[in-house]
Amino acid sequence: MSVGSPLAQVPGSGTAEAGTKHWWAQRVTAVALLILGGWFLYSIMQLDSFAHSALLSWAGRPFNSVTLLLLSLTLAWHSALGAQVVIEDYVHGSSISVVSLLLNRFAHVFLAIAAVVAIVRIALGGS
Amino acid sequence: MTISILHRMTGVALSVGLIAFVLWLASIAIGAGAYEAVAGFMGTIIGRLLLLGWSFAFFFHLANGIRHLFWDVGIGFEMRQANASAWFVVVATVLMTAGYWFLLYDPRSLI
Repeated sequence: MSVGSPLAQVPGSGTAEAGTKHWWAQRVTAVALLILGGWFLYSIMQLDSFAHSALLSWAGRPFNSVTLLLLSLTLAWHSALGAQVVIEDYVHGSSISVVSLLLNRFAHVFLAIAAVVAIVRIALGGS
Repeated sequence: MTISILHRMTGVALSVGLIAFVLWLASIAIGAGAYEAVAGFMGTIIGRLLLLGWSFAFFFHLANGIRHLFWDVGIGFEMRQANASAWFVVVATVLMTAGYWFLLYDPRSLI
């Protein structure tokens, strides 16, 4: 039981505004992934070979590079949002939960940038 | 209930799958040697089981995600509808997973 006023107990618990943005971003990325994920599975299915050279030329085609970039970034975003909710729900204790949330963000930003670097390198033909 | 926790579990599995996806992309960029190491592992029994699991998780999360989007706009909240859509998700997941691997291995078999 706290002696703080109701308002005093609220600060630091997150705001409804940020929560709405999180919720909405999760839905927007979900709808985007329906299209991008569907494209990826279809496009992979059309490949005649999974040899390195075949994938290099597939990923290097401009349309595929752009779509792979969109897919990777949207996946990382959606995954970061979803994992955040899971951590918030199951990881308790303020320090461990803050550390988990930070690591979740760092890991997803790392994955997103690694994917971008890989796709751009393939697109520009340097290796 | 079961379907709801499966949505989270498949989501977490797919987050782990994202690491594999980025590794795969990076290996293509790094070169043939790196790519063959990744592709070689994915060709083992463990690798194939992982790919099967991730594809199942993907299709489940996709089908149940669509169910959630319908709920978000207020459709399908009746108990009868929710039960029916849960079964639809299960059947759609199995069909999509099986169908995808079937097509991947032999895309011309249906034409």
